[in-house]
Amino acid sequence: MPQDTLKVPELSLILLIGSTGAGKSTFARRLFKPTEIVSSDACRGLVADDENDQSASKDAFELLHYLVAKRLKRGLLTVVDATNVQEEGRKPLVALARQYHVLPVAIVLDVPDAVAQERNAQRPDRRHLGRHVIASHRQQLRRSLRNLKQEGFRHIHHLRNVGEIDAIQSITRDRLYNNRQEETGPFDIIGDVHGCYEELRALLEKLGYQITEESITDVRDLGVRVTAPLVGRDATLRVSSLNDAATNDSSGADAETRRVASLQSADGPRRKAIFLGDLVDRGPASPQVLRLVMSMVRDGSALCVPGNHDIKLLRHLNGKNVTINHGLAETLAQLEPEPEAFKSDVRRFLDGLVSHYVLDGGKLVVAHAGLTEEMQGRGSGAVRAFALFGESTGEIDEFGLPVRYEWAREYRGRAMVAFGHTPVPDAEWLNNTIDLDTGCVFGGRLTALRYPERELVAVPAAQVYSEPVRPLNYRALQLQAQNELAAENAPSTTAQHENDDLLDIRDVTGKQFIETRLMRGVTIREDNAVAALEVMSRFALHPKWLLYLPPTMSPTETSALPDLLEHPAEAFDYYKRLGVERVVCEEKHMGSRVVVVLGRDEAAIQRRLGLVGEGIGKVYTRTGRNFFTDAALETAFLARLRDALSTAGFWEKFDTDWVCLDAELLPWSAKAQELVKTQYAAVAAAALAALPQVEAALTEAAARQLDGAEALLARTTARHQAATHYADAYRRYCWPVHSLDDLKLAPFHLLATEGKTYFDRDHAWHMETLRTLSLADPGLLRATPYRVVPLTNPAEVEAAIQWWTDLTAAGGEGMVVKPYDFIPQGKGGLLQPALKCRGREYLRIIYGPDYLLPGHLDRLRQRNVKAKRNLALREFALGVEGLERFVAGQPLRRVHQCVFGVLALESEAVDPRL
Amino acid sequence: MLLTISTTYQPATDLGYLLHKNPARLQSLEVAGGQAHIFYPEATAERCTAALLLDLDPISLVRGRAGASGEGFALEQYVNDRPYVASSFLSAALSKAFGTAMNGTCKDKPDLPAQVLPLAIKVAVVSAPGPDWPRRLFEPLGYEVEIETTPLDPTVPEWGDSPYYTLHLRHAGLRLQDVLTHLYVLLPVLDNDKHYYIGEYEAEKLLHRGGDWLPQHPERGFITRRYLRYLAAYVNPTLERLMQGEDRSVDSASPRMEDGESGSVETVQPQVAEPNDAMRGLAESTLQPKLSLHDQRLQQVAHEIYQLSPKRVLDLGCGEGKLLRLLLRQPKIEYILGMDVSHQALARAASRLHLDEMPPRQRTRLDLIQGSLLYRDERLAGFDAAALVEVIEHLDPNRLAALEAVVFGQARPAHVFVTTPNADYNQLFEKLNAGEFRHDDHRFEWSRAEFAAWATAVAERHRYQVRLVGMGEEVAGVGAPSQMAVFNLEQS
Repeated sequence: MPQDTLKVPELSLILLIGSTGAGKSTFARRLFKPTEIVSSDACRGLVADDENDQSASKDAFELLHYLVAKRLKRGLLTVVDATNVQEEGRKPLVALARQYHVLPVAIVLDVPDAVAQERNAQRPDRRHLGRHVIASHRQQLRRSLRNLKQEGFRHIHHLRNVGEIDAIQSITRDRLYNNRQEETGPFDIIGDVHGCYEELRALLEKLGYQITEESITDVRDLGVRVTAPLVGRDATLRVSSLNDAATNDSSGADAETRRVASLQSADGPRRKAIFLGDLVDRGPASPQVLRLVMSMVRDGSALCVPGNHDIKLLRHLNGKNVTINHGLAETLAQLEPEPEAFKSDVRRFLDGLVSHYVLDGGKLVVAHAGLTEEMQGRGSGAVRAFALFGESTGEIDEFGLPVRYEWAREYRGRAMVAFGHTPVPDAEWLNNTIDLDTGCVFGGRLTALRYPERELVAVPAAQVYSEPVRPLNYRALQLQAQNELAAENAPSTTAQHENDDLLDIRDVTGKQFIETRLMRGVTIREDNAVAALEVMSRFALHPKWLLYLPPTMSPTETSALPDLLEHPAEAFDYYKRLGVERVVCEEKHMGSRVVVVLGRDEAAIQRRLGLVGEGIGKVYTRTGRNFFTDAALETAFLARLRDALSTAGFWEKFDTDWVCLDAELLPWSAKAQELVKTQYAAVAAAALAALPQVEAALTEAAARQLDGAEALLARTTARHQAATHYADAYRRYCWPVHSLDDLKLAPFHLLATEGKTYFDRDHAWHMETLRTLSLADPGLLRATPYRVVPLTNPAEVEAAIQWWTDLTAAGGEGMVVKPYDFIPQGKGGLLQPALKCRGREYLRIIYGPDYLLPGHLDRLRQRNVKAKRNLALREFALGVEGLERFVAGQPLRRVHQCVFGVLALESEAVDPRL
Repeated sequence: MLLTISTTYQPATDLGYLLHKNPARLQSLEVAGGQAHIFYPEATAERCTAALLLDLDPISLVRGRAGASGEGFALEQYVNDRPYVASSFLSAALSKAFGTAMNGTCKDKPDLPAQVLPLAIKVAVVSAPGPDWPRRLFEPLGYEVEIETTPLDPTVPEWGDSPYYTLHLRHAGLRLQDVLTHLYVLLPVLDNDKHYYIGEYEAEKLLHRGGDWLPQHPERGFITRRYLRYLAAYVNPTLERLMQGEDRSVDSASPRMEDGESGSVETVQPQVAEPNDAMRGLAESTLQPKLSLHDQRLQQVAHEIYQLSPKRVLDLGCGEGKLLRLLLRQPKIEYILGMDVSHQALARAASRLHLDEMPPRQRTRLDLIQGSLLYRDERLAGFDAAALVEVIEHLDPNRLAALEAVVFGQARPAHVFVTTPNADYNQLFEKLNAGEFRHDDHRFEWSRAEFAAWATAVAERHRYQVRLVGMGEEVAGVGAPSQMAVFNLEQS
């Protein structure tokens, strides 16, 4: 009976091979999704309006190759429906498969000429095809068959007749070996061991693994058994309890209980170790290391990827002629006394290792020498070679070692990549990748990364087992040599900080789509990015300062009350309607919105932001500009703020050496002096100069009893009054700034400190925390009056409205109404993080002196807050995302993308009066 | 917003015939931007005063503009002086309300328009670039000019006077037609605003009205430029929104462009945007024929580049494309990439170079891209030469490391030309006080020693050889106005 199913790798490029009339299209349609099939006929149709126009073949195949390339790039199985009978036709497709590290598969549909002839005769568009076409196709196909393997096809299915073809009922898609996305960990990822057995034992124990030596009674026994720690038990606690057990109670009975427990493994999920390869060579006990790792892998308590040393050993064990160097001799000597059965176990084990693994839903990739994003989850010789050896530039360094191409510098993938291979003095994050080879065998340390915790655990080498050709810290030495003079006060910035010195334009220009925690994706339009690029490049601070930009804030919906555009009732209604039970009302200060990034000292800024010699902090505006233009005032302001925080015990309380605050800096005129003069004062001056003269002329006209003069005069007098009120309104927010004492900072959000954001704290907490802080220096810091209002209590709501009425009557700008939770989720998802409710007098400087005149206000009520609110949500999501990324230690480009996004969105066309 | 015209011509009420408006009635009519009211505060045989009150509607003013020109939503449009000052809107209202009089026709008394009258005019208020300007504009036409100043804010005396003046003009004998025409043309010239103009057609029409007397006017250069400014005024709406309340000068586009124009002390006479054909005749007489410092600089850079016969050239910070134009003329340069951070400057460069109409072969020699020298950009790789003309001084000093990494570390052209002002030379600029920079947007200006130190260090770090050249005429002790560093990649 012919087979009824074909097996192909889940990610493969499948070429159907067969003459015209062989039934390729029918076969493809029957067994694959329509979108998976790229057909040469269809491409011909697209470029020539005629699927049989052979003159269009060149263009058609260019299109076909283009489509195939796009699909493969995106990791999609693709079926090429073309005759593919000629090697020159297959060659570019195999090349594409190689380029995208996808396995090429051939399915040959081999039908007799007569059948093909008969089928073509049924189709009017193919009736004209001569017999010779099919014959020549078949001839080429025959010739091809024996070469397919050589051409690079990894799977070849030859279906020899119509019966075999029709028998196929399904295609089985085999998972790639490297796909372990369902394994979510938690993991302990261990760098290059190189035969350092004692250190490996020590590290595993420190990580909470229990290692038991066993007697070997069977050839399959490896003599060691490891039990992984249970998930959710703190490793350090476990270490101490183990120590206790070791000192106080080392009875055999206890060990036995533990062993039984480990065998049953019924008490919940356990952690899993991952070895990054290079288990052997150079070190003192490669066979023991192999034994332990093999045992763990066999038990399912570990995964292992191969290193170049392991593969070389395998080749040797397989009888290949390999040069015995770089520590292989030691390994072979150590293996010498081992039984043959163990050696063949080792061979089988090494042979079965998969180049890399994609784990935890694609969030983690492990490979010995690392792996670029394009290669992750793919299968090809190139992928395996990269995973084993990395990439070298072809150059040789001063130590005679190949210069390695630092792929991690350019890495931009979503997955975290843990790797080893290149010994480094310290395991350091760089673009979400980490090299865990800390050169144990060279006298360094053996390091593990706890995932997802991102914690590093290491044990020192007991001794130097092998002298490195190139010193472990050669890079640091190199840098030192370069900057002989500067070396003494040379700042210690991390590799990530250095990498962050230069951002890539691709991360910000063009249309951007930014994934955020709060909203699925925020799209930045290209023309907005264009405007933001200019502002960011010409006016903004160094991007390392810009951790966060605040979102825009929508006003309430328009009030229907006479003489008012805004009133708190609409804000309360909005939140109540969407299921919010209490809100926090905060007095709105009319100043400049600023973000403050402040370090306890310059070293903190250097350590955390990688900025050297730029002071202890910055105060910047909503568009990322330095608030201060006067450097002396800036320095004094920051120092005084830092002292206030120190006085308040802030650094200790929050266990941090830096802070990010969201605040209002008063007075308005401090930053906006020019604006106040050229716009606000100017308008009042013009009005108050012109209107009295108009009044005088109209008074004369009215005296002449001219019809309509009286009405015009009344209107002009009203305008004159309006202009006077308007002048009073802007003057209220201006006072001269002669010194530091004239500046007031009113912080209202404690955004972040080391390792933490405070988006999970409610607004009452923020208000209280910052009020306490402000007591440390009331001359500089202003506590914001606020009240918590339960929306279900009409009396409280009424009192809050009265509060607003009093505030605004006294000339206050108004208030901001925020839901109690910082990140408000309501019935319809994310809610407005805040709504502003501005007072009648204040709005004169927004809507112009005459806005309350009859006829004007009614028209101004026709405003729509929808676009503004939409924008506020997107900017809020981006702002939160950016700061969370920063706090999580992500590369600057990931933070900058969000900050840039907020700036870009701010260039959207929205009524600025809202 | 208020214009009054008084006469003591006998009978004074003939003013009503001349203006074609009955002194006994208050009339209102719709005009561009709002309503105009015409009335007579006094109308006796001895003395008659006509008033034109312009009542602009601030709300519809904004709504109309936002839709029509897409100029959108800068907040200053909502709170602005337009309703209170005499602007091009007043000119438009004048022409609508007193069109007949302006054309010199009077049905009832046909001889009257030719009659010269003693006239007094009051405008409340004008916004002017300075208190001397009303005099400079109106005195040459025979008026007696008086202005009343007004404080910017009486509660803040240190702010001084506002730019608003009540304007009084007196003339012993002039035809009303001429007065109206003078006001019609010159009121918008006085006006400071740059956003509100009535459109290109209107501006030309306004200027046309001055045909008789403008060529003899000693301030014709100023007058013409103010009109050309209306024509050239172009505000990038998206950028404008971002810059709201932050920087008033941003709409003057990219650094390179600004250098050649007002805002820079290097050019005595501010240059204007290229006039269109209709304006050219008037404009040419007013422009200085001599090459500006900036143009000299560009020619020198172009010359230096050409000496090296590069095939692929980068102009980083290309501004409006003046250097690009010079480079395009060099036949051996195969490809030129112009980059600027200002999208608006690029649009202007494209239009000045007529990119859209370029023949295909020439078109393939040039591309313009928006980019920033502070971000790594792979599009900049693979060039033989790069020019950075007056670019570095527009960056904060702490961002120069990024520029250095992008240009010398990543792009690595074989030759790099960097020019910057020579601060040593600044003492020769009369208008410049010590410590001041030549341009508002300059973040630093380097002495020759400072520039040399930077250039040498950059060259050393990136394996270039560097040579320093003065640009422009050398003056003993202070050097040339500008300086250039020529970097050549060391052969490895």
